[in-house]
Amino acid sequence: METLLSVKNLCAAYVQGGQRVRVVDGVSLELRRGEVLGIAGESGCGKSTLAQVLALLARPPLWVEQGEFWLDGTIYHLAQEHRLSRELRGCKVAMLPQGALNALNPTARIREIALEVIRAHQPKTTPQEAYARTQERLERLGLPVRVLEAYPHQLSGGMRQRVVTVISTLLNPKVLIADEPTSALDVSSQKAVVKLLRELLEQRVIEGVIFIAHDLPLLRNVADRIAIMYAGKVVELGPSREMVEASRHPYTKALVEAVLVPEPYIRQRRVEGIEGTPPDLRAPPPGCRFAPRCRYAWARCRELEPPPFGDKERFAACWLLEGMSA
Amino acid sequence: MKSLLQVRALSRTFGSGKRALQAVKGVSFDLAPGEIVAVVGESGSGKSTLARLILRLLSPTEGQMLLEGQDVQRIPLRTYWRSVQAVFQDPYAAFNQFYSVQRLLQKALTLFGPLPTQERKARMHLALQSVGLEPERILGKYPHQLSGGQRQRVMVARAIMLRPRLLVADEPTSALDASLRATVLNLLKDVRQKHGMSIIFITHDIGQAYYLSDRILVMYRGEVVEEGPVEQVVEQSQHPYTKRLLSDVPRFHG
Repeated sequence: METLLSVKNLCAAYVQGGQRVRVVDGVSLELRRGEVLGIAGESGCGKSTLAQVLALLARPPLWVEQGEFWLDGTIYHLAQEHRLSRELRGCKVAMLPQGALNALNPTARIREIALEVIRAHQPKTTPQEAYARTQERLERLGLPVRVLEAYPHQLSGGMRQRVVTVISTLLNPKVLIADEPTSALDVSSQKAVVKLLRELLEQRVIEGVIFIAHDLPLLRNVADRIAIMYAGKVVELGPSREMVEASRHPYTKALVEAVLVPEPYIRQRRVEGIEGTPPDLRAPPPGCRFAPRCRYAWARCRELEPPPFGDKERFAACWLLEGMSA
Repeated sequence: MKSLLQVRALSRTFGSGKRALQAVKGVSFDLAPGEIVAVVGESGSGKSTLARLILRLLSPTEGQMLLEGQDVQRIPLRTYWRSVQAVFQDPYAAFNQFYSVQRLLQKALTLFGPLPTQERKARMHLALQSVGLEPERILGKYPHQLSGGQRQRVMVARAIMLRPRLLVADEPTSALDASLRATVLNLLKDVRQKHGMSIIFITHDIGQAYYLSDRILVMYRGEVVEEGPVEQVVEQSQHPYTKRLLSDVPRFHG
């Protein structure tokens, strides 16, 4: 399949008071046309920062230090181009934020918010045009048109998140970066948002989604491939099913084991969480960053950082996999 | 076995007239000592209102609750809260920003009236140790210096330090990472084992309810629509809403 978006060796850091904390450290990823790529990891692993960078929303104190950003065959140097035009941000790459209530102006009706978004990029649009476009979009996606007249607080959490999804894709961006769009929702509303994203992909409103979440069962269902992040690095990547059924990295395995789903096996044993906390990125440990929490860690893990083993379709960065063919 | 808590036809209406919203409608159930009951439902199903009614943070419009056979309306609040304690969803909101862990725990102990310093210290240490935190390192810390998991563990420690008969846990794991959820749920399991505490576990995640609890109540629009032992409710659910809830859970394996 054709590559839609790719980043190579992306590094981003928060710089404040002379201190530099690198939160995204050498991330390379590819998003294909028509694909949902999932990114999972614990709080503080850098996944939301990565989302900011990918959605071209990085601004001080967050700095992109290096990395190539290829979109549809064009390269953008994020580290140099501090002010990317709105042609790119919002129009080609859009962000679907986490808390829908915080993303919406509480004193504006949905139609006013939609107008504002469209006008920010296409200043000549009349309110009538904007209204018609939003209405048409809602109808096509099977959502009630009456939400246009509503204020954000009048909508349920699930509907609000779907409305934000529609608004953030009004300009037909090629790539949608969804940062935990369903984390605050119950399973039924979650399902509706996921269905909407799939619908947008099928109707070619958008061409690819990067879906960030800490919920593996959700990603297993929504994403075609999953990348696992730990302490700023991608430690494993592969097709969703394989990542769950045949994970290779001890961290991925531990995440999979900690999942609580209503399937009989979980009542038959004690499910263990992952001991300890992710490392302080101000002073990351030498060697493998997961080593301090890893039950398989040995001397080498604490000294040398493991490279990714496998190929670019399916890899894991762990010394245990050295010599294994992918 | 004799019930610890009996809930009888409990209702709560918000607003009045045309705008009246019945958040909890005639809910009845019994809770045995040492039992863990999960209350499961989607957002707006009334499960948190039920939790607040049981905690007596809200008063019911109708119905009655009996704690060990005694009408709770006759029990003074402070006495009631010695028996019934809570852990909430967001440990950051439940934690006074300007209190250290030590001050937070001491404040909670005032429920028991004046205690000798030694006794207070011993209780705080024991409670923190039982949730896997080192008292010496934690007591002086402020909430912003703790991780989300540590904060929630402090809240669980606070609750169990008071040795309540009943713990109401309202979405205690929703704000936590999946890797920490199992840890907190195991903690609740162990507390029940050690102290014979009953737990009402409120959640929208049927997977967690399935892992932790003995019995499940499924709430829908303020009513309990299905109730039974966990295996029965999950594996042979009867009510269409329960079936829908289960079918909406993303499948993990297979």
